[in-house]
Formats: sequence, structure tokens, C-alpha cells
Amino acid sequence: MQILVMGPGCPKCEQAEKTVREAVAEAGVQADIEKVKDFQEIAKYGIFSTPAVVIDGEVKVVGKAPSKKEVLSWL
Amino acid sequence: MDELNMAPCKCQAGKPDAEPAKPGKGVLRHLLAGAAALLVWFAVYGQLEPFSNWFTYSLLGLDSGGHLGSAIQFFVYDTPKVVMLLVLVVYAVGILRSFVTVNWTRSVLAGRRESAGNVLAALLGVVTPFCSCSAVPLFIGFMTAGIPLGVTFSFLIAAPMVNEIALVLLYGLLGWKVAALYFATGISIAVVAGWVLGRMKLDNHVEDWVREIRAGEAAGDAAMTWPERFDYALDSVKDIVGRVWKFVVLGIAAGAAIHGYVPEGQLASIMGGEAWWSVPLSVLLGIPMYTNAAGVIPVVEALLGKGAALGTVLAFMMSVIALSFPEMVILRKVLKPRLIAIFIAVVGTGILAVGYLFNAVI
Repeated sequence: MQILVMGPGCPKCEQAEKTVREAVAEAGVQADIEKVKDFQEIAKYGIFSTPAVVIDGEVKVVGKAPSKKEVLSWL
Repeated sequence: MDELNMAPCKCQAGKPDAEPAKPGKGVLRHLLAGAAALLVWFAVYGQLEPFSNWFTYSLLGLDSGGHLGSAIQFFVYDTPKVVMLLVLVVYAVGILRSFVTVNWTRSVLAGRRESAGNVLAALLGVVTPFCSCSAVPLFIGFMTAGIPLGVTFSFLIAAPMVNEIALVLLYGLLGWKVAALYFATGISIAVVAGWVLGRMKLDNHVEDWVREIRAGEAAGDAAMTWPERFDYALDSVKDIVGRVWKFVVLGIAAGAAIHGYVPEGQLASIMGGEAWWSVPLSVLLGIPMYTNAAGVIPVVEALLGKGAALGTVLAFMMSVIALSFPEMVILRKVLKPRLIAIFIAVVGTGILAVGYLFNAVI
């Protein structure tokens, strides 16, 4: 599973990454978590508001840091 | 102070159970809890002024004409008042924002021409939720949707300029007329500056890579259910009030000290309407400062009472929040330096005009 956390590095983006990492550890699944800071890359996914989370190419959330419960439901 | 503690419970009462309830029931429960909380809110709010008088002059036994009494009464009255107003307004704006997303705004503005587009963009700029680090993705999103540069600027100017915290503070401390004037002039600056920037045909001053970008379909975001909206609004209260309350308390404390101790008329010579240079000076001072309205406005209120002119003070506040240096650094990623310079010049001129207008009218 590939998880992309999109965001230039504001506190909310950091929080999104942290939540995703925690959820992945809790669920015990194997996943590559990558932080994407490049705006061109972000725009390719049609994401115009950050933070955003993309799992296996599918955009799960845009413009807010998800809760751990939400992330767990996607894994 | 019980008053302070009571404000946040309104929202906690509305927290949904972990157990999933039937959607209809959940909404009803939220609404009942919300109505009860609102009643408590108004009951407490109405008691703030008598309480502050009782606390200062009866309980502490201070002299009602004295410096210390005047400062303490100001602090004890204004702090809970402003925090309570903030909780209420941020919650209401949170509910409103749960309906508005960046993608929705983008689709509404796509295909709009200038003029009407500038007005709509400025109004949407006020309610669309996005944090300052989203300014670049949002800019790209607007460009790729074919939204004109000037319309995009109206949005980007209005978003920080007209802010709910500033509105609450101005309403709470200076009354609804000043709050309404702030709202109207903030929107006007965004509309006019966006329109002027659009007329100047500056599209080639956007960084080349932005114009060449091929963005994907806008990623859809799922519609929220009502309990999710209540949660979203509650989160924004926790986030925003949690962040700004310190500035509010500090600002009001500074304001209280000025209120109690600085003699009336003291500031008229440097910040008064007569001093023509005070408006541009306050704009210049405001740009490099990065603070928020929460700390500045209580000080502003106290300064006004001592002879500072409203236009000067509003110009300062607007330049602090709308032309902040960090935002320029973020926008530099997508805009060439010349466009940023023109942007600052156009918005700065708008703010100067508002400063002089207020000083002349009030």
C-alpha cells in the first residue's frame, strides 16, 4: 500500500502525517508513507487545498488533517 | 471565573457518542443541546457588565474614578465578553464553512468574468476555509480552472483581510458600526484591487511552471453529514479559540493599562486624524509585522479612547493582516517579484484610501 501525504509543511500537514503514521502502526499494515511537498505533483492529483491524503492513487481527504479513526477506516 | 468556563461547554455538550446513533436522532440531540447552550450563553453574557462592576468596585472595593479600578473593570468585563463572542462566532462560521470547500469555490468561480466575478470571489474569500500554506495549491487550482488572475486576487486579498476574529473584536469592543465598516471596506479593497490587477494584464508575471501545469480533475470531497458539520465547527472553535485566546488576554491587558493610565487626548498629536502622515506610517509599520487581529484590536480600542484616529488604526490593522511578509514569501513560489510588488502597491493604496476615508468621516 502506498500512502501520500500532500502538504508544503504547515502545522496541519505535519499533523496529518503524524496521524497517518500512528494509524498505520496501530493497524499493523504494511505501507509506504511518503510526504509530497512539490506543488506540481500535488496539482496532478487535482488537489488544490492542503493537507491531503492519497492512498494507492485514490484521494481520500482534501483540505483538512484527518482523524485517526478516519485513517483507520481507509486502511 | 465561572463565566469563562461556561462558554466552551456549549460545544462539548454537542459531542456525538462513540456509538453510531440514527442520523435523525443525532441531529435533534445536537440541536436541543445547541439551543440550551445558546440560552446559557445569553444569560451569562448579559451578566458580564454587572459582574465586572460588582467584582471591581464592591468585592475589591476600588474607587470607580481611579486608574486601577478603571483598568481592572475593563479587563474583567472585556476578556470573558470577547472570548464568549469568539466561541459563538467561530462555531457559526465553522458550520457555514462546512458547506464551502475550495473545490466548490473553484467550480463556482470558473468561467466568471471580471466585475461580478471579483465581487463573488471577495465574498467567497471570506468564508472558504483554507490555511495560509494552501495559498499556492489554491492559486494553481484557480489558474487551471481558467479563473482570471484579477478574480483570483480578489479572493486572495479578501481571505485574510476580512476575518471573523477581527469582526468579533471590532463588534465586541467598538460596536457594530465599526465592524460593518471594516467588513464593507475590506470587501471593497479586495474587489477594487483585484479588478485593477486584472486590468493590468499581468498574466506573464505568474511563474512559467504554473501556466504550464496540467492539473488532474479536481479531487472530490465527500459531502458532510450534519453531525460531521457540528464536529467540524467544534474543531474550529478548539483550534482557533485555543490559538488566539492568549493574544486576546494579553491584548486586553495592554488595553486595560492604556485605558486606566494614559491620559485622554495624549495620543492625538501622533495618531490623531490631524496628523496626515500617521496613515502611511502605520501601513509601513504594519507590513513586516506578523501578528493577528486578536492581539492588536484590544490595544487599538484603548488607543482610540485616548485620541488616536480610527482610520489610522484600521489602516495599521489591515496592513498587518492583509499584507504580511510571510504570505508574500509563500506567494513568491507562484508569482514573479514584479507582480508581488504591484500586488503590495495596489492593496497598500486601497488601505491608505480607507485610512484617510475613516479619518475624514468619523
